Amino acid sequence: MQLTRKMRLDEAKQYVAGKLGISVMDLCDSTVMRRLREELDIGVITAVAGAAKGLEAKARIADLLDVRINCVERLRSKMGL
Amino acid sequence: MAEIQTRMGDGYTVSMTREEVREDLVAGSADAARRGKIPILEPDELDYLLEMFASPTRIWGVERGHEAVLSKDGSTNSLYSAQLSSGVGLPLSREQAFRTFERAFGFDTMEIGHTDYSVKPAKPIVVLEQNHVEAVLHTTIIPVFYGFMPNLGLYYQPDGPFPNPSDLLPKGQIAEARAATEEALEVCYNDLVWMTEKMDEVGADGINYDTTASTGDGEFLATLRAVEWAAKNTHLAVEVGMAAECVLGFHGQLEYNGKRLAGMWPHQQMEVVQEAGAHVFGPVVNTNSRKSTPWNLARAITFVKACTKDAKIPIHPNVGMGVGGVPMFEIPPIDVVTRCSAAMVMIGKADGL
Repeated sequence: MQLTRKMRLDEAKQYVAGKLGISVMDLCDSTVMRRLREELDIGVITAVAGAAKGLEAKARIADLLDVRINCVERLRSKMGL
Repeated sequence: MAEIQTRMGDGYTVSMTREEVREDLVAGSADAARRGKIPILEPDELDYLLEMFASPTRIWGVERGHEAVLSKDGSTNSLYSAQLSSGVGLPLSREQAFRTFERAFGFDTMEIGHTDYSVKPAKPIVVLEQNHVEAVLHTTIIPVFYGFMPNLGLYYQPDGPFPNPSDLLPKGQIAEARAATEEALEVCYNDLVWMTEKMDEVGADGINYDTTASTGDGEFLATLRAVEWAAKNTHLAVEVGMAAECVLGFHGQLEYNGKRLAGMWPHQQMEVVQEAGAHVFGPVVNTNSRKSTPWNLARAITFVKACTKDAKIPIHPNVGMGVGGVPMFEIPPIDVVTRCSAAMVMIGKADGL
């Protein structure tokens, strides 16, 4: 959110926490976020077979947060979507 | 009286009394306030810094809920390059290094950049750079930047075609030096725009103009104009990281939107970078190796606070070897690196580092 909409840190945290339906404290909690990221399939830190990786995860993040991500738009353009 | 173990700006340990630490905190902040004509730190902020330095723990951190993000400059050179880039010489490709930064080190953004990390040497091999950016875009989740230094110095003789102001100024040839700067910055600007466009073409998430104004106000102007172009013509996030705390006036008369660039301090640099359309600004405050880390950190935070107070874009101060309060040493000691980093967020109100 800092990079796409120039949000300052607190605003960016509020925005993301809101989109994920969690508190800002939970957003900063690695235990909460590890489970949530796997649930939402937006990429996790350990190598889990079948979990979204790379551009797959990025595309899901773009939709979830309603942000335009350059490389995701390029993928859509290449696929004619 | 119990002694506090901290560091000097060269990284060596020093023992100081509580009073000496407090005096250095106040003096460091006052130095920044005098130079930048900005407010000194508040008493409660000085108290926080004092307690932080007085704590015997080796590691310091932000309070829970105050976590900030970490952006990167210098690309993957830290892993595969040599001492010249503070690299550790690992036999890793840039793609491998990038994924290591994401997965093992937990960075929030990362860069691909040329080993010779300036825009001029990167131009001839741009298709290689584009290919490496594309490769990591497919396999990683964190924002992918392409980074380089504008490094106007490479456009002057002997490395480039233009007469060198550093040679002309000592001879009193001020008009000639200014003319050389004005010509060189146009070429540098064109190169910055050209490389930026190439990275936008392949879908990079952002562009980082690093160590901006290393060669003074001419380089700063070229970069600000490139930021303007990138903000209007691409979808890239634009990050501008500075080279030093004060813009050197090799030209002395260059302006951006009516504001003279020479002599600008971080909060003034922030205003023009923000005006140009950048997404992230990374101020630099240089470490004085003859002063203590408390002095250096209080000084750095005073400058950064003046940026974050009025900024409408995220501020990611440079906190690393020789900047942001951190000692100027090849392996900055972790006891003060963690303190400087946390204090930049807690007191400096940084949006990231």
